[in-house]
Amino acid sequence: MKFVDEYRDLKSAKVLTKQIEEVVTRPWAIMEICGGQTHSILKYGIEELLPKQITLLHGPGCPVCVTPLEQIDKAIAIASRNDVIFTSFGDMLRVPGSQNDLLSVKANGSDVRMVYSPLDAVKIAEENPNKKIVFFAVGFETTAPVNAMSVLEAKRRNLKNFSILSSHVLVPPAIEALLSSDDCMIQGFLAAGHVCTVMGYEEYIPLCEKYKTPIVVTGFEPVDILQGILMCVKQLEEGRCEVENQYNRVVTKSGNEQAKKILSAVFDTIDRKWRGMGNIPKSGYALKEIFKDFDAEKIFDVGHLEQNESSLCIAGEVLKGVKKPVECSAFGKECKPETPLGAPMVSTEGACAAYFHYGKNKFNAVHTDLVK
Amino acid sequence: MTDETKINITPGFSCPIPKSEYDKILLAHGGGGSLSHQLISKMFLPQFDNEILNAQHDSAFFTHGKYTFAFTTDSYVVQPIFFPGGNIGDLAVNGTINDLAVSGAKPLYISAAFIIEEGLPIEDLWKIVLSMKEAAYKAGVQIVTGDTKVVEHGKGDKIFINTSGIGIVEEGIDISPKNCKEGDVIILNGSIADHGVAIMSAREGLTFETEIISDTAPLNDLIGSVLSVSKNIHVMRDPTRGGVASTLKEIALSAQVGIEIDEKEIPIKEEVKGACEILGLDPLYIANEGKVILFVAENDSEKVLLEMKNHPLGKESRIIGKVTKEHTGIVVMKTLIGSKRVVEMITGEQLPRIC
Repeated sequence: MKFVDEYRDLKSAKVLTKQIEEVVTRPWAIMEICGGQTHSILKYGIEELLPKQITLLHGPGCPVCVTPLEQIDKAIAIASRNDVIFTSFGDMLRVPGSQNDLLSVKANGSDVRMVYSPLDAVKIAEENPNKKIVFFAVGFETTAPVNAMSVLEAKRRNLKNFSILSSHVLVPPAIEALLSSDDCMIQGFLAAGHVCTVMGYEEYIPLCEKYKTPIVVTGFEPVDILQGILMCVKQLEEGRCEVENQYNRVVTKSGNEQAKKILSAVFDTIDRKWRGMGNIPKSGYALKEIFKDFDAEKIFDVGHLEQNESSLCIAGEVLKGVKKPVECSAFGKECKPETPLGAPMVSTEGACAAYFHYGKNKFNAVHTDLVK
Repeated sequence: MTDETKINITPGFSCPIPKSEYDKILLAHGGGGSLSHQLISKMFLPQFDNEILNAQHDSAFFTHGKYTFAFTTDSYVVQPIFFPGGNIGDLAVNGTINDLAVSGAKPLYISAAFIIEEGLPIEDLWKIVLSMKEAAYKAGVQIVTGDTKVVEHGKGDKIFINTSGIGIVEEGIDISPKNCKEGDVIILNGSIADHGVAIMSAREGLTFETEIISDTAPLNDLIGSVLSVSKNIHVMRDPTRGGVASTLKEIALSAQVGIEIDEKEIPIKEEVKGACEILGLDPLYIANEGKVILFVAENDSEKVLLEMKNHPLGKESRIIGKVTKEHTGIVVMKTLIGSKRVVEMITGEQLPRIC
């Protein structure tokens, strides 16, 4: 298949692996920020092909994983109401809240539906005028524009029964939080290609300069990732730190202007709590005051719900790249995809689930502690 | 009832409910993944406990006189009931035929029980019945008994069908994971994920340049011809729910062998691959309804492959892997980019990705 097969090609992978081997002279720790990249790395066994000096740290770029517990509890509280049809992308349905998950709410008789697009939820709202339709708007800058569109579309169609529970998070503030933390081990970043498709990569330049850390905008196929790693290692070895664009077949410097315009029309940037990482300043989107009639948090009065994390789970350290999933005492024992203790075990893009699913604990030797 | 078979039940006493993470049934309990396995191993097996059931084959084997029979049952709840390449009727007939065939049995008779929702157009039922007739005819089996129940509107989903089937196992045929040996060659008869993707595309209203068609088909003729050329077929399985990945993992576990497969040898149609990319699904975990995985002694593998390629349902047959002595109970896959990784069983439903 065009645009896929050539980026999953054995020959290209071999060439890139060899080039990485030739360039690397000492240990480097590189974080891939996006869960989609983590998934690809595990699915294609990329770490196995890399020289031992390179450690990949798996970043917090899985929106399912970083959605805070209280936000899930709010979703569950809303979804449990008789007058509500609660809609969500599939992944969020299994994320455990403090008591249960949305799939259990569904099994208990509530109307919880999986949709592929928030515009489907708008359609459901139009077809069910006697119900309140809520869409769980989760995701990074990638999904934010279409979620914003759903609000504009509902307004255009004059729907009074559609709202979103916004839980959007933003990548650059998270990178800054990671880089400025005391236990930061990260020497280079692979930035998330799809986020940059929307936002461009201008906003990464000041981060790169301030923290003297190379950032390479990278795609999701194995050949993309290997090339991103090569570009990052080259910078590190040469003592450079720049924002480079590996994913130039899709990403431009300024991104998608149209999408950015919609985002700034609908959302305000706010401080947001990340699961496992705590409060990060200016790291989330909330609906602007003029769209308050579409804001589920205001309509259903669930803003006061607050929850703390389970103490067993080391998700925070995993999401910061300080620990590997297999270093958790609960990994594969108390915590499995069927019974996740923390969010990274839920989504296929979560680092813990990817490790479990692709049998990292069973087959490959994990090279940790290379960079200290 | 003899002393040995007497069941020890005290009146008024009921066993405590086995521990489970959920107090209600979730969809994933029927997904063919690890939650389904938990239901079977914690609830059904210990309570229905008997030698025939405990063997846990696709079919139950029992002997009468000098004959060995295979017996199997399966229910069909597919939605939509009509999909590209078939409908719930031929699917129900083919599915039960295939369960018998992969057990090494020659399918003879099947039953058909219908649970119909009030309001189903008679014309739809007629179409389903005709396709069942045709599927049975093609496979050379007869539908010999049945049942019909109608439930109120809203209490079912158009139509559910259960089929059970009986087949006869010829002497000398022994298909069982316990026969699996190091060096066995693993053969697959064609492209994967066609059925699941056809259903999901129909359900989501997705259309592609090339229509994706379910692979639903009776495998008994293909399997019959393979069994006629080799007595060294060790295991056969139809990778339905949970797909090729879950099926191989199950065999690795029950046979206590290691399995190694090569990703580039697993055929996937371009349009199916494209749909999987869009929907965020892994074709290794998607259901097939006309595919069979065979574990064959190395010496016989070439003639089996040749025989399969000569059959209309096996033209695309390929060797996809082998049985290894190492990593018992684990399926390892050589990826497209030359590394290796573990292939696990599906957990719960495959949920579409969000970004």
